[in-house]
Amino acid sequence: MARIVGIDLGTTNSLVAYMKDGQPCVVPDRNGRTMVPSVVALTDNGLIVGDSAKEHLTRNPERTVYSVKRFMGKGLADVQNELAYFPYHVTETGGVIRIRLGQKSYSPPQISAMILKELKLRAEASLGESITKAVITVPAYFNDSQRQATKDAGLIAGLEVLRIINEPTAASLAYGLQQKTQGTIAVYDFGGGTFDISILKLKDGIFEVLATSGDTHLGGDDLDRVLVDLFIGDIRDRYGIDVGRYPDHMQTVRLEAERAKIRLSDELKTEITIELPEDKGLFTRELTRDQLESLVAGIIERTLAPCRIALKDAGLTPTDIDEVVLVGGSTRMPLVRQRVEALFGKQPHCHLNPDEVVALGAAVQADILSGGTTDMLLLDVTPLSLGIETMGGVMSSLIRRNTTIPASAKEMFTTYVDGQTGVDIHILQGERELVKDNRSLARFRLKVPPLPAGIPRIEVTFLIDANGILNVTATDMRTGQSQSIEVKPSYGLSDTEVERMIEDSFKFAAEDVNARKLIEARLDAEALLKTTNKSLVDAGHLISQEEAHSIRATLAQLSNATGGTDPRAIRTRMTELEQAAKHLNVVMLDDSLKNSLHGKKVSELS
Amino acid sequence: MDNHQSSSHPDTRRQLQMARSMCWHCQSEVTGEYFCDRCVKVQPVSKETDYFTCLGFPRRLMLDPQKLEAKFYELSRTFHPDFYQTKSADEQTISLSNAAVLNTAYRTLRAPIQRAEYLLALETGSVKDIRTSPPADLFEEILELQDTLEEYRASDRDSDQGHRLRSTLQTEQEALERRKHEMEAQLQQLFADWDKLQDAGEATSLARVERDRILKQMRDLLSNRTYVNNIVNDLAATIA
Repeated sequence: MARIVGIDLGTTNSLVAYMKDGQPCVVPDRNGRTMVPSVVALTDNGLIVGDSAKEHLTRNPERTVYSVKRFMGKGLADVQNELAYFPYHVTETGGVIRIRLGQKSYSPPQISAMILKELKLRAEASLGESITKAVITVPAYFNDSQRQATKDAGLIAGLEVLRIINEPTAASLAYGLQQKTQGTIAVYDFGGGTFDISILKLKDGIFEVLATSGDTHLGGDDLDRVLVDLFIGDIRDRYGIDVGRYPDHMQTVRLEAERAKIRLSDELKTEITIELPEDKGLFTRELTRDQLESLVAGIIERTLAPCRIALKDAGLTPTDIDEVVLVGGSTRMPLVRQRVEALFGKQPHCHLNPDEVVALGAAVQADILSGGTTDMLLLDVTPLSLGIETMGGVMSSLIRRNTTIPASAKEMFTTYVDGQTGVDIHILQGERELVKDNRSLARFRLKVPPLPAGIPRIEVTFLIDANGILNVTATDMRTGQSQSIEVKPSYGLSDTEVERMIEDSFKFAAEDVNARKLIEARLDAEALLKTTNKSLVDAGHLISQEEAHSIRATLAQLSNATGGTDPRAIRTRMTELEQAAKHLNVVMLDDSLKNSLHGKKVSELS
Repeated sequence: MDNHQSSSHPDTRRQLQMARSMCWHCQSEVTGEYFCDRCVKVQPVSKETDYFTCLGFPRRLMLDPQKLEAKFYELSRTFHPDFYQTKSADEQTISLSNAAVLNTAYRTLRAPIQRAEYLLALETGSVKDIRTSPPADLFEEILELQDTLEEYRASDRDSDQGHRLRSTLQTEQEALERRKHEMEAQLQQLFADWDKLQDAGEATSLARVERDRILKQMRDLLSNRTYVNNIVNDLAATIA
């Protein structure tokens, strides 16, 4: 079976991992970085992703998308009160959010697909083989629409998504593999945009999730916003400037807020420096850890309620938990660790890198699916109750939250009017009594043969598969014939739309590849320019003036070429420069060898 | 959406479980438990299989939770879709629906009360009574409680009266919880009686009378317990 990779598609950063000799490992880029910032930017040369896109956050904020995961499977109304924080333009078409980049609009799955493609390319470059299958992680508390959106993103990126797996449970797989633990563990996963708590029982290689809870709109982003508001207020008071009117400076403020928050995990106080708009100079202030903690205490407190609900649903008390595992970058904050420790009454476990553990677990799950690992099995649950609308706008629950998946429920439908040919069914997810307080997942019309009222008997099966995604089938109990059901998602792309997006993504693949090649060539050229310049400074005296002159001339040509948009021209100039500087490098090496040998006896050299 | 009716009652026909059937794939006779002996393809769990049979336990009410869990894990390893990713689409579909049945079976049998309700439905062929009025011996008490609840909901929670009503309700909640535990203890006794009768396996008329007595008492106790349980939950939610 072809290799399956594990992907952590995060709010802030994404990673790809695979199984190597029974151990999961994360794929790094050429510079050894394992994380790809989940940022997509539209530049003059096309769309770019990751580290290079992140640089555009302040340069080109309206055309740089970050934290797109917060928009997955959502409508505009769901995110109305946080839109002001995003510099890019967000609209809605057909119940799905669209993000405007230049002349075109992209759905969140399309933006996510670009990040996935980047990870796919990275894995292909590292493994030297084509990658077409993946396991992708999602927050455990993601609803059906959000999971479906993630699956769509995979399809658009040219990946067959063999499994959608929950992030905290993925983490538990990586953790369990290393620690060989038995017992009850709580995974507290506080990431960039989402919070999850999962309680699992680990026994003889079975990872049984007992309960899960969370908040898909609670993460490090929210902590940053508190600081952003503080700094903006400060700047307004001191300089009378409304930074909100300058999207590029808003991003500078946001990035500095994030960095300050991170620094305060190690330090007790830190200096904030932000360049002000309109050349008003620099804004500086001090921020202490105490100040930060008093500002964000309320947000961190909000993670504890889901923890208590999960414990209660699992029928456990904090003392029943043998170990607490921390996942996600936000768990690096000392206050988070203190609050978790206070709730569970034990020191949380954080030996594994909280940024990588989810991707590692996804690789383990990928290995289980490909038949590599056979002794481990994950039994996960559905995080939200599934039901249908009944009379009076009330939701009738069919599958309760925290039911082990795959899970199914059957429901019999009939007619109330003679000759009625259809029954409308509205599927919901949530814990509240009334339809309007729950999440609308989809609607469909059940086809019924025209018969006297009450005679038709149509059995509808609602099946939540191992991905936590709903499948609906119907059977006419009188004829035994099954009917296909076309479900119209309330907050998702239709199948035809996904297909069109897959086509688009292939159509633009050539453009994308060129943009990518250009960026890579520029990065490589810059590195070469830097080292050659340094060699000239360090060892220019060892070569003739003419030779130095010729190297400088080639150097200038390469520098020129990097300003252009042709990656091949850059590569050609690079080869020329490498040729021109070959002798210089040899001379340098000889020289350094001579120096290191100086003063040593011949006998020491052997 | 107003025209659906519940169909969650289990199939009540007693089936001969080892009935011979054919493999969906090679059409040979399936004698193995879950797999065809000849082509080794996974077989769908029959729709008529009850949850006890599915998990390989006799129809008893005092099941060892450890053994139940061990069997659930074993069968999960047999049926879970994770292990069918490299198999054919048909096998994947069977694995998915088998795993879903298994999960429902385990969830039902794991909780003693649900287990008893399920067994009752299997044995008597009817869904449990959903009580809408209080059991006779609790009638007066419950009526009074409803009044106090109404009064409390209408009162200012921080007033003296609110505090007084709250503490009355708390006392009442504790009394009802004790009552619930008593019923559960009685149920426990019935469970033991049931298992004893089944283990004896006698087909005498006396045994039949005993069977009917146990099932009848169990039915009454289960529905009273559910009624009290709902009231306790309601109380707890109101005064929380």
